[in-house]
Amino acid sequence: MTVLRAQGLGKKYKRKQALTGCTLEIEAGHVTGLVGPNGAGKSTLLNIAAGMLEPTTGTIEVCGGVPGSGPEQLAKVGYVAQNTPVYSGLTIEEHLRFGAHLNPGWDASLAEKRVERLGLDPKQQAGKLSGGQRAQLALTIGIAKRPELLLLDEPVAALDPLARREFLQDLMEAVAEHGLSVVMSSHLVNDLERVCDHLVVLVDSQVRVIGEVELLLATHHRLSGPRRDIDTLPADQHVVSAKHTDRQTTVLVRTEAPILDPAWTVARLGLEDLVLEYMSNPTAARPALEVLR
Amino acid sequence: MIEFHLDARSGLSPYQQLVQQVRHALRLGLLTEGDQLPKVKDVVATLAINPNTVLKAYRELEHDGLVSARPGVGTFVTATLNGASFAVLGPLRQDLRRWLGKARKAGLDEESIEALLMSTFRDSAREEIA
Repeated sequence: MTVLRAQGLGKKYKRKQALTGCTLEIEAGHVTGLVGPNGAGKSTLLNIAAGMLEPTTGTIEVCGGVPGSGPEQLAKVGYVAQNTPVYSGLTIEEHLRFGAHLNPGWDASLAEKRVERLGLDPKQQAGKLSGGQRAQLALTIGIAKRPELLLLDEPVAALDPLARREFLQDLMEAVAEHGLSVVMSSHLVNDLERVCDHLVVLVDSQVRVIGEVELLLATHHRLSGPRRDIDTLPADQHVVSAKHTDRQTTVLVRTEAPILDPAWTVARLGLEDLVLEYMSNPTAARPALEVLR
Repeated sequence: MIEFHLDARSGLSPYQQLVQQVRHALRLGLLTEGDQLPKVKDVVATLAINPNTVLKAYRELEHDGLVSARPGVGTFVTATLNGASFAVLGPLRQDLRRWLGKARKAGLDEESIEALLMSTFRDSAREEIA
């Protein structure tokens, strides 16, 4: 089942083109990491999916509906925007009451229990919370509305390591408990490696690579050996990047088959290296590769 | 009950690390038949990892016949992994020591020895598969 399907999606502001021809499909029941350089269109994509922005071109379907099409659709999608904004003049309690009022499926006991467990005073004004507490409040509201899909835009970017870990622990607990799908953008690939089972690398609005993290890691290899022409590689080895010195050739290939050529020294990549390779080689001639389960 | 931990620099994916830690605990006798593995929700909440990762690790252990899941209750150890006995390990260790002595005498430093060991280990593992 697909939880998000975009087809030729684009968004143009007065002068700036923020997203162009973005086509992608995200499966339900997963935690999907969205990575890419600044300006790739990640936030715009998430904003459109949440119904906060209208696309100028293309179509998008989220949880089987059109984003922002009505209260029913809004109830299905939770969204924690960049920098986890809250109403600084309202207390925590008021935030929860607000959430209950706006969301028909609001889980009041879940929200209250979470606030209590976080050790927050319901009477406290949100403007006086620390960055970590504010993020936790935003997450509480996102979870308590019991959405099918939770969208998170750089939720942990501004948090200290401890607050970040706590936020991700709570997010994962909610995923385990309620089985919701999550799409989360982040630059922190090490975090994503722990929490995500699927990954999308977005560069210039285009999907460079998409697939299950385990499978991506298992099918990418770094080969190094004596200098050679990469056209001599077997056809089933997709070249992601290639570098040559006068004596040595290093290639990153994606293949399902084992590497049999004894001339190569084969190494596996970490997720961070894999992501960086795709981000720094956006002009590779081959189209985006899809890894299906 | 054991507690899992993750090492970002181990070179193993989180799910492989979980599998390895259970197998290790079984080998060392830290886990024996009937013991319960940590609940998925608890592992997820302590390590901040994806629930599917934990499920995948538990499924693999189940597939290997080491644990079994009782729906709604938890996952329990059903077999033990007896490591090689001391009687077998002792002589092997002596052989290895003798070999290490030879390698040092031949002028290899620690790093060269390690590289040679690892590459030979990989080659022979590969030959066995092929």
